[in-house]
Amino acid sequence: MIDPAFYVIQFLNGLASASNLFLIACGLTIIFGVTRIVNFAHGSFYMLGAYFAFTLTATIMPALGDALGFWLAIPVAAVGVGLFAVLMELLLLRRIYRSHELFQLLATFGVVLIVQDLVPAIWGPEELFGPRAPGFTSFVVILGFRFPEYQLVLIAAGPLVLGGLWLLFNRTRWGTLVRAATQDREMVGALGVNQSVLFTGVLFLGGALAGLAGALQMPVEPANPFMDINIIAEAFVVTVIGGMGNVLGAFLAALIIAQLQAFGILVFPEITLVLPFLVMALVLVVRPWGLLGTPEPMTGHGFAGDRPLKPLGRRAQLGLAALVAVLLLLPLGLGDYTEKLVLEVFVFALFAFSLNFIMGAGGMVSFGHAAYFGLGAYGAALAVKHLDFAMEPALLAAPLAAGAGALLFGWFVVRLSGVYLAMLTLAFAQIAWSTAFQWVELTGGDNGMIGIWPSAWASDVTVYYYLSLILCGAAIAFLWRASYAPFGYTLRAGRDSPLRCDAIGINLKRHQWLGFALAGTCAGLAGGVFVFSKGNVDPGALSIPTSVDALVMVLLGGIQTLTGPLLGAAAFHLLEAYILPLTDYWRAIVGLIIVVLVIAFPQGLAGFLRERLAGEESR
Amino acid sequence: MLRRTFVIAGTALLAAAAAFQPATVKQAAAQEPVKVGELFSYARIAAFADPYRNGWQLAIGEINEAGGVMGGRQIEVISRDDGGTTADAVRVAEELVTGEGVSFLFGTFFSNIGLAVGDYAKQKKILFIAAEPLTDALTMAQGNRYTFRMRPNTYMQTKMLVEAGKNAGAKRWAIVAPNYEYGQSAAENFKKLLAEMDPEAEVVVEQYPALGKIDAGATVQAMLAANPDGVFNATFAGDQAKLVREGTLRGLFDGERPVLSLLTGEPEYLAPMGAEAPEGWIVTGYPWEQIESEQHTRFVEAYQAKYDDFPRLASLLGYALGYTVKTLLDTAGTTDTETLVDTLKGLKVETPIGPIAFRAIDNQSTMGAYVGTLAVEDGQGKMVDWYYADGADYAHSEAEVEAARPAE
Amino acid sequence: MTVLDVSGLRKAFGGLTAVDEVSFGVEAGQLFAIIGPNGAGKTTCFNMVGGQLRPDRGSVRLAGRDITGEAPRRIWRLGVGRTFQVAATFGSMTVAENVQMAFLSHHGRLRALLPSARRLYREQALAVLERVGMAGQAERQCGLLAYGDIKRVELAIALAHQPKLLLMDEPTAGMAPRERIELMALTAGIVRESGISVLFTEHDMDVVFAHADRLLVLDRGRQVATGTPAEVRDDAEVQRIYLGGAGAEAAARQIEARAGEQLPGERAEGEAR
Repeated sequence: MIDPAFYVIQFLNGLASASNLFLIACGLTIIFGVTRIVNFAHGSFYMLGAYFAFTLTATIMPALGDALGFWLAIPVAAVGVGLFAVLMELLLLRRIYRSHELFQLLATFGVVLIVQDLVPAIWGPEELFGPRAPGFTSFVVILGFRFPEYQLVLIAAGPLVLGGLWLLFNRTRWGTLVRAATQDREMVGALGVNQSVLFTGVLFLGGALAGLAGALQMPVEPANPFMDINIIAEAFVVTVIGGMGNVLGAFLAALIIAQLQAFGILVFPEITLVLPFLVMALVLVVRPWGLLGTPEPMTGHGFAGDRPLKPLGRRAQLGLAALVAVLLLLPLGLGDYTEKLVLEVFVFALFAFSLNFIMGAGGMVSFGHAAYFGLGAYGAALAVKHLDFAMEPALLAAPLAAGAGALLFGWFVVRLSGVYLAMLTLAFAQIAWSTAFQWVELTGGDNGMIGIWPSAWASDVTVYYYLSLILCGAAIAFLWRASYAPFGYTLRAGRDSPLRCDAIGINLKRHQWLGFALAGTCAGLAGGVFVFSKGNVDPGALSIPTSVDALVMVLLGGIQTLTGPLLGAAAFHLLEAYILPLTDYWRAIVGLIIVVLVIAFPQGLAGFLRERLAGEESR
Repeated sequence: MLRRTFVIAGTALLAAAAAFQPATVKQAAAQEPVKVGELFSYARIAAFADPYRNGWQLAIGEINEAGGVMGGRQIEVISRDDGGTTADAVRVAEELVTGEGVSFLFGTFFSNIGLAVGDYAKQKKILFIAAEPLTDALTMAQGNRYTFRMRPNTYMQTKMLVEAGKNAGAKRWAIVAPNYEYGQSAAENFKKLLAEMDPEAEVVVEQYPALGKIDAGATVQAMLAANPDGVFNATFAGDQAKLVREGTLRGLFDGERPVLSLLTGEPEYLAPMGAEAPEGWIVTGYPWEQIESEQHTRFVEAYQAKYDDFPRLASLLGYALGYTVKTLLDTAGTTDTETLVDTLKGLKVETPIGPIAFRAIDNQSTMGAYVGTLAVEDGQGKMVDWYYADGADYAHSEAEVEAARPAE
Repeated sequence: MTVLDVSGLRKAFGGLTAVDEVSFGVEAGQLFAIIGPNGAGKTTCFNMVGGQLRPDRGSVRLAGRDITGEAPRRIWRLGVGRTFQVAATFGSMTVAENVQMAFLSHHGRLRALLPSARRLYREQALAVLERVGMAGQAERQCGLLAYGDIKRVELAIALAHQPKLLLMDEPTAGMAPRERIELMALTAGIVRESGISVLFTEHDMDVVFAHADRLLVLDRGRQVATGTPAEVRDDAEVQRIYLGGAGAEAAARQIEARAGEQLPGERAEGEAR
């Protein structure tokens, strides 16, 4: 019934989208391959590319004529973004290469926040319609269908860039170095190559490619301040499916995603939300290093600067007692609002602490911990809404739901390692998110569920404050204790040396799985306590920003200490709550503070305090 | 040493907490300003938020200059960013209510945030007037006594469009809507209303691109494959722009097929499109430059004088909200929540586009929208052949409200 | 008693046969070395015994029990300790905790959530550390030790559950010559004291001929010779393919040295056999 030619056209549509995806992802994958930086700011590069191109065309085209002006503006915009990336490398990343790998992720996240506010401040918040590409403003007829000429340009752009990169990597000395560094960083260092210069160059290349992608998007899409967040997750998906660091892999992955999308919407128009993550999860389960990636060396994921766990000394115990006393007495001196704020700190402290239980101790970095926070929140909310549970059993349902989810997802997750493991957690979180988003009958869709308030006896803010303190405090104390117990040590052992674990009879995967489930269960409790403090839940609880918040808290506080996540949660949440009312540019300020903290305290706040204390004691 | 740190931290916390206590003890002194709380996703959707803020600030400024409310008290609006998430928004609302001691709340943009704050209002028994959220649920299935809404909801606007497109002659419709509540519910409403108004018409294809991520080429092609003779569009902003460019080149928007499009005539979306505004589309919107009533002209002039910019729909909304606040306080004569709520139910408010009222049955205002056809003139899109569709004529019927809305 | 009995072991990667029909036995209390030039199949052979690789053919029996193709952690539970070419320890833990981990695993306490891991099996761990001469550094962080000391810790971990058999893959790789001798002397001492058997691969001929009781020589996956150091030294084919020049000298030197100074030890060894 449908014209077969239609499928050919839809395939061409898929090719055009694939080109766009590839252009964004290839820069990301190159940057990761060489520097191992998980560059959250790549979406910002893309967005800046579009805005640069807009401004450039507006100024150059009248001067040089439409065709020359336009086609000059595109590469110049790309170079401009490349220079911006270089600036980020020189001013920020270079200072923290010696810190933990993930610290760079935190730094790039700060840049994301800053750019997010910078763009509307400079270009205004409304969409900016750029000119169409001169010479490609109309359509051609292919097999009886009209097909925009510019889409043909895009279809060509992907393979052209792929070819250019191949030449660069195989025909130039610099390209050979990049390839070598992707395979073995230490070796390149040993060859006497100046690593900083190499990194700067790679950031330029990656940034320029993202900028090119953004600039080429101008004739298709108006420049707008949401381009960064709209693209970044998919860029990572493509990079991971292809194999991190593998440009050809990224090309294949872009092709697969785009074609599945183009044809998927014919059958399931609603698949748009979940498709890329579904594909990523499937690929990673079958091929743990992506399509063309190579296995990461089977090393531990310990961090430089890790120390043995020491039991709390007398002073620390006294300090802890003092802190508990202060928290118990706080409601005497606080208003309702501040009590709620501190109560939320308890929730996030548990959330962050549970993440650090698998991340700091277990070496399993999760980009999707919100899945379990959200499953807890939804577990409680669904129990109230659909099963007519009261608060008390619903609060029990929260960790159970999250624990069950973590058991299920974790079984696949622990089979991977490193950044792929992190990406699989992200994929599962996004699958959970889109389920909550799309299953309107059950979950209320993106409107979420409302009316989930505490039982009458706990509805007073102060009572709920103490309830939260007890629940979150008990869970934190439990995880704290478990960190010192053989189970926590086993996770640390797995992080330090999987090889040694195997050689002393430890079934590491199983313990990691249980650890993952335990952390998920605790995150679920945090979600449950949270939902009753807010009265509602929506897919935001399961979303990437929530996962990122937890990561930021852990990293800001210091991944190598047990107090770090607690400190980080308090610092980050209070910071956000106090800055939010001050200015419309609160995101930029939070971003700036993150950047400053990253540079000032490369070991996190708790790491810094530990150094200071150790320093004073030894004096 | 650790202990000292903790003590210092504890003290700092206490100090910070103390700073957040209401600075003054509240007394019902007649000349004290009336505090009203306002929250909106200012950072997240600045394109909407800035004109909206301009609108209510203009109104509140005028009101205060003219002597305030309730016999001489000034209005003090305490405005906050709601953080763009329900979690932040509820906390901010809490801060406004318990920290700042505001008498009631207004604002919010996103539907989920509107619902969350509305539910908080119900729990806290505080009045909340939602500004922008479109979801029907806010005044229907999830409605409550304390939550009101200014803007015509998705159902009302869809109904206006379906009615406007009744005579377009299309029988095979395509739907394209962003994949979230607003889009889904616009599509549902469209299908339901279409069936009511034209039983012979059918929907032959539905596309739900992810918000902000439309794959326009593939989406347009998928719609073309079903060979529709009419299109209902609920995408907006960047997604819509991509859709228009691809759809025009590929012949989906060929000028022959009628297109019904929500929101596209609003200056927020129409102005950035410039000459690319899709001619012939039947849209809801706000032709601000063509409305010549006296009150409206006065509003536009004051707005342009103060901000050196033209008003958007959000500006009008903000402005109308400002005067709603005034009328409400003047009529109620008190800041007692229950009285305020009882007063607002059925309250009539004068706005630049004429009088509106808050329906007692569902707390929905009768503010309407303008329906017209898009044309391009002097490189700028504009609405032609437009008319004002009064919200009172399009809101849910009493029976529908009774069936859906929980009893108070 | 035969602790380890390997027969007809074969492993091919693609078309390349890495190990072909290798058979040998390790008696209780014996130090058994596998030697051969690079690419001879030593590590492959070793990994098939340790469980890291599954053989294509042949069998591995530990104290009479077939362990062919079992997972490394099961093989460990059956009494096989192991050290690696590049020492594998838990860098962020103290020396004592490293050994305690082995005890925790041995006693099935890994999933305990409440007791403090530092307090469990501490005495036992210190006792093992005492034997390798690391008790004095029990509280230091393992990752910060000198490499020779890390190797000792690894040895202590491997000894913790009183294995029947110790697998040591190039135990002295990456160490200074002096440290090598010390480590192997230490290992040999412990082994003879407790009757553990050791299977090891080694490049350093001094180390091999100073301590091994029996040798297996591999060349391109083929078993060239098996026997006492003296027998192997005298084997014509071994000399041809492998023990030219420096290797032969080292062999001669060490065998003479052992004959001269360690008569009582030799006799004790003889009795054990």
